[in-house]
Amino acid sequence: MTIGVIKVARPREMSFPESLYLVEIVKGLGVTMGHMLSNIVRQEGIKTIEYPEVRRQMPPRFRGKHRLMKRENGAPRCVACYCCPTACPAKCITIVAGESPDPAVEKYPVRFDIDMLRCVFCGMCVEACPCDAIRMDTGWFTPPDDTREKLIFTIDTLLEK
Amino acid sequence: MTGPLFDITVAVARIAVFFAFCFGLVVVMTWVERKGAAYIQDRRGPNRADIFGIRAWGLFHPLADALKFLFKEDFIPDNAHRLFYQMAPMFSLAPAILGIAVIPFGPDVTVMGRTVALQIADLNVGILYLFAVSGMTVYGVVLGGWASGSKYPLLGGLRSSAQMLSYEVSMGLSLIGIFMVFESVRMSQIVAGQGGLLFGVVPKWGVLVQPLGFILFLVAQYAEANRTPFDMPESESELVAGYHTEYASFKFSMFMMAEYLHMVVGAAVVATLFFGGWQFPYLGDAGFLFPGGFAVAMPPALVLLLRIGAFVAKVLFFAWLYVWVRWTVPRFRYDQVMRLGWKVMLPLSLLNIFVTGLTLLLLKK
Repeated sequence: MTIGVIKVARPREMSFPESLYLVEIVKGLGVTMGHMLSNIVRQEGIKTIEYPEVRRQMPPRFRGKHRLMKRENGAPRCVACYCCPTACPAKCITIVAGESPDPAVEKYPVRFDIDMLRCVFCGMCVEACPCDAIRMDTGWFTPPDDTREKLIFTIDTLLEK
Repeated sequence: MTGPLFDITVAVARIAVFFAFCFGLVVVMTWVERKGAAYIQDRRGPNRADIFGIRAWGLFHPLADALKFLFKEDFIPDNAHRLFYQMAPMFSLAPAILGIAVIPFGPDVTVMGRTVALQIADLNVGILYLFAVSGMTVYGVVLGGWASGSKYPLLGGLRSSAQMLSYEVSMGLSLIGIFMVFESVRMSQIVAGQGGLLFGVVPKWGVLVQPLGFILFLVAQYAEANRTPFDMPESESELVAGYHTEYASFKFSMFMMAEYLHMVVGAAVVATLFFGGWQFPYLGDAGFLFPGGFAVAMPPALVLLLRIGAFVAKVLFFAWLYVWVRWTVPRFRYDQVMRLGWKVMLPLSLLNIFVTGLTLLLLKK
C-alpha cells in the first residue's frame, strides 16, 4: 500500500448499448417529453412567478421600501431629529426641519427626501429612529422608473405608503 | 385558359403556396422553439406580446421579434469587410430557400383536365440538386465569420466549414442505399416507390428498408443545419454567438430565418425520403386497402386531403424533433464531432451501401 494515495471512485465503464449513444438519446428524449407534457397539463406546477401580476411573498423581516409613519391627527410622526441621516452609511436621507404648528411637538420635517438610487437598504435609519417614524416593512423593493428624479422619494410619497 | 398561360399560373401558384407554407412554418417554429424549450425546462416561456389584449400563449412573439429586428440599427463593424459582410446573410438564406423547389408536397392532381404535380420542379437529378444547394450553405457561415473581422466569428466560421464538409460526405453516402432500393434520384419517384407494401404487411417506407441509412442521414442533417448537438459554429457558451456575433438587425434575423428554414426543409426531406412523403399508410388512389383484404372506398378529394395532411404532419413532427433534440442533448466537443463524422458515420455509411447492395443482389437471384 503506497502511503498518501487516495482511491477515487471512477465512473463505471459504459456498456455497449450505452456507448452506442442512440438508446440513451431516446431515453433522454423521453425525459424531456415527460417534463413538457406534465408542464402543459399542470400549468400550476411551473415555478415561474409571473412578476407584474403576481408578486413573491417576502419574508416578514424583509427590508424593503421605506415609509414614514403618521400621528393620529395625520401629521408625520417624525420630529426631524436628524438621527437617521446621521446613521445612514449611504448618505441618502435629506431632512430640512421646520417649527411644528402643533404646540405639543417641537419640530417637523419640511422636507424628507430619500435618494433610492443611493440607498443600500441596510435598515440603519429604522434602528436609529427614536420615535418609530420610519419603517421598511412595505414588503417590496424599489420599482424601476424612467428618470432619476422619480426615484428620489419625497415626504409625500413616503407618507402615502 | 390556354397552354402557356395555364403553365405560368400553375408555376407561380405552386411557388407562392409552397414558399408561404415554408415561411409560415419558420415563423411558427421560432415560437415552438421558445415555448417548447420553456416547457421542457419547467418554465413558462414567452407570453407577453399581445394584440388588443389577446396574448394567445405568446403566438404574437415572432411578429414582435420581426418588428424589433426591422427597427434596429443596421450596424457594420469598422473591421468588417463591407461587401462580404453584407453578402453573408444572403448566402445563408438563399440555399435554404432553394431547397424547397424539389420537395413533393402531394400527389399529382388534375386541374381543368391537366395533370399538375404538387412540386415546384420535378428535376431528374432531384436529390443531387438538394446536395448541391445545401453544399452552398457553408459559404454563408464562413463568409459571415470571416468578413466580421472579429475573433469569435472567425473561429465559428472555421469550425463550421470543417464540420459541414465532414458531414456532407456521410450525408451523401447515407442516401445511396435509398437510391439503390428505389432505383431513382427523382423525388417524385422515390415517394411513389414508397407507396407499396413490404412483405405485404407494412408500408415500404425508406425508414423500414434503410434503418441505418435513416439514422445516419438524420444525424448528418442535424450537423448540416448547425443544430445542437452539432452547434459548433454558434456555441454561445464558448464563442459568444459564433459566426453571427457581429450581426444585428435584419441581417441577424436573416441568419435566424436560414437556420429555421433549414430545419423545415430538412424535415420535409427526411419525411420525403424515409417516411413516404405524402403517402398515407394503406391509402390507395381509391381509398384504404388493408393487408387483410379489408377495403374502405373514399372520394378522390378526401384521398388528396389525407395525403397532403399526412405530409404536413410528418414535416411538423420532424421539425419538432429538431427542437426536441436540441433541448435534450448537450453540445458535443469539437474533437468529438470530428471523430463521430469521420470515424463512425463514414464507415457506417459505407457499410450501409455494401449491405444494401449485397441484399439487392441476393434478392434479384
